[in-house]
Amino acid sequence: MSAPRVSCLLVAALAVLCFGLAAELDTWFQAWAGNRAQSADMLNVLLGDGRRMFANHFYVKADAYFHSGFYPTVFDNREAFQTAHMAEDSGTVGGRNQGEETGFLGKPRDWIDAFSRQFFPSEHTHLDQGGAQGQANGAGDLGEGSEVREILPWLRLSADLDPNRVETYTVTAYWLRERMGKVAEAEKFLRDGLRENPGSYEILYELGRVYSENKNDPARARNLWEAALRQWQRQEAAQAEPDKYLFNQIAAHLAMLEQKEGNYRQALVYLEMWKTRSPSPESVQKFIEEVRQKLDRGTPDIPRPADKKPTEAP
Amino acid sequence: MNNLFAVAGVVIKELYRRKDFYVLFVLTILICVVMGSVRIFNDAKIARYLKEICLLLVWISSLVIAITTTARQIPAERENRTLFPLLAKPLSRTELLVGKFLGCWFACGLALLCFYLFFALLAGSREQHWSFINYFQAAVLHWVMLGVVVALTLLGSLVFTAPSSNTTICFLAVAGILILGRHLNKVALHLPEPRRSILYAVYYCIPHLELFDVRDLIIHNWPPIPWRVCILATVYALAYATAFLIAASLVFRRKAIN
Repeated sequence: MSAPRVSCLLVAALAVLCFGLAAELDTWFQAWAGNRAQSADMLNVLLGDGRRMFANHFYVKADAYFHSGFYPTVFDNREAFQTAHMAEDSGTVGGRNQGEETGFLGKPRDWIDAFSRQFFPSEHTHLDQGGAQGQANGAGDLGEGSEVREILPWLRLSADLDPNRVETYTVTAYWLRERMGKVAEAEKFLRDGLRENPGSYEILYELGRVYSENKNDPARARNLWEAALRQWQRQEAAQAEPDKYLFNQIAAHLAMLEQKEGNYRQALVYLEMWKTRSPSPESVQKFIEEVRQKLDRGTPDIPRPADKKPTEAP
Repeated sequence: MNNLFAVAGVVIKELYRRKDFYVLFVLTILICVVMGSVRIFNDAKIARYLKEICLLLVWISSLVIAITTTARQIPAERENRTLFPLLAKPLSRTELLVGKFLGCWFACGLALLCFYLFFALLAGSREQHWSFINYFQAAVLHWVMLGVVVALTLLGSLVFTAPSSNTTICFLAVAGILILGRHLNKVALHLPEPRRSILYAVYYCIPHLELFDVRDLIIHNWPPIPWRVCILATVYALAYATAFLIAASLVFRRKAIN
C-alpha cells in the first residue's frame, strides 16, 4: 500500500477511535459528581469549591463600601471591626466589636504617614447616614436616594461564591427591604438562601421580619418565627455557646407580635423564654409585669387557631 | 531642547503605532461594558463597583504601558544599532535619556487621557453627575506617579541586561510599593533592632507611589484633595523621577554601548 493511503486510513481509524471514546466518556462525564460543567454558575465552573475562600473577602469589601473606603487593613487594629458594621446595624447578628471604630489609624507615626492620609478615606462614615458626602435624605428611610445600594454587588457576589454563608443573605435582605424598599427582591433572595440552607433559623427569622414589618402579615410572620425558634432549639440549644442574640430576637419578636395580636398568655410564654437568655432580664421582667397586668385587667385574650405552646424552654 | 522633543516625538509615535495601548483600551472598555450590563437586584443606579473595576483596569493598563514601553527603549536602540547614529549627532547621552523619559511619560499621559475620559463617561452615565475636579486630580496624580515609574524603568533598562528581567523587576517593585509601602512603618514597629531601623530606612527611601493612588476617594465620592497637597505630592514625585534620571544618566555615561 502506498504511504498516503496508509496515512489516510490511519487518520480515519484514529478519528473513529476518538469518536467512540468521546461517546463512551461523555455518558460517564455527565453522570460524574465532580462535573462542574453541569452548573450554570460561571464562578462554580471556574473555581469549584475554592470559590468559598473568596466569599469572605467580598463580604468584607461590602463592609468597606459601607464605610466609603475607610476600613482597616490586616496591618491595622481591627478590634472595632470584628463584626461587619453593616451586619451589626442590620440587627441580624450580634456584635463582637470593641474599641473606638473611628481611631484605628491612630496618630500619624511620621510625616509620610500624616501626608498620606490626604490621599485615602480617613474619616469614619456609614453609607446609610449619607456616606462620604453626608447626603442623608432623612432619618430612618433613605428611600431611592440611599447610597447603601453600593454594598449590594459585593454581597451578591459573596453569596454566589459561598451559598452556605447565611449571614450574607440576612444582611443583604435587611438593606434591600429596609433602606431601598425592595421587599420582593429581599424575599426572593432570602428564599434562595433558604433553599441553599434548609432549616436556617437566621433566614427564617429574617423572612418573618419581611412578613411582619413590610407585608403586614402577622400570621405568616408568626409561622416563620415559630419555625425559626424550633430550628434554633434543634441546632443551638445544646451548644456550649449558643447564639443567644438571635434567640432573644426571635423570642422578643414573637412576644411582641402575640401582645399586639392580643394573645397575652402566649406572649407571656415567649417573654419568659426571652428572659432566660436575655442580657438584661430586669427589663424583660418589666415587660412581663405589664403583660400580666393587661391579662389581669381582663383584656380579651383572643385565641388564635392552631395556638400551641413551644415544646420546651430553650 | 529641540533634540529632546525630537526623541520624545519618536517614542510617542511608537506608542500609537504599536498595538499594546489599543488592546488594553478595548479590553478595558469591553470588561466595563459587560460588568455594567449586569443588573443587580433590579437597581440601575449602582455605580461604585463599576468605577472600582474600571479604575483597577486603568491602573493595570497604565503600568503595563509605562513599564513595557520604557523597558525596551534603550535595549531596542542598541539591538537595532540605531544608538550609534543617534549619539553621533549632536545629542548627548543625558539628552537621549531625558528625551526617552519625556517621550514615555507623555505617551503615558496620552494613554491616561483616553482612559480617564472613558472612566468619566462611564461614571457619569451611571451616577448622573460628573466630579470633574476629582477626576482631574486623580488623572494628574496618576500621571505624575507614572513619571517615577518611567524613570525607574529607564534606570533599570541600563542596569539589567534584558528588557524582560527589567520589566519583571519593575512590576514587582511597583506592585510591592503600591500594596505594602503604606504599611512598612507599622510592620517595622513590631520588629526588634536592627531590623526595625533597616525597615524604617527602606520606608523612608522608597518612592511612596501609593500616595498617588486616590482611587478610593474617587470611587466613594469623597471631596477633592486640597490643591496645596496635590502640588506637594507632585513635587515629591518629580524629585524622585529626577533622582532616578540622574542615576540613570550616571550609569549610561559609564556604560559601553557596543
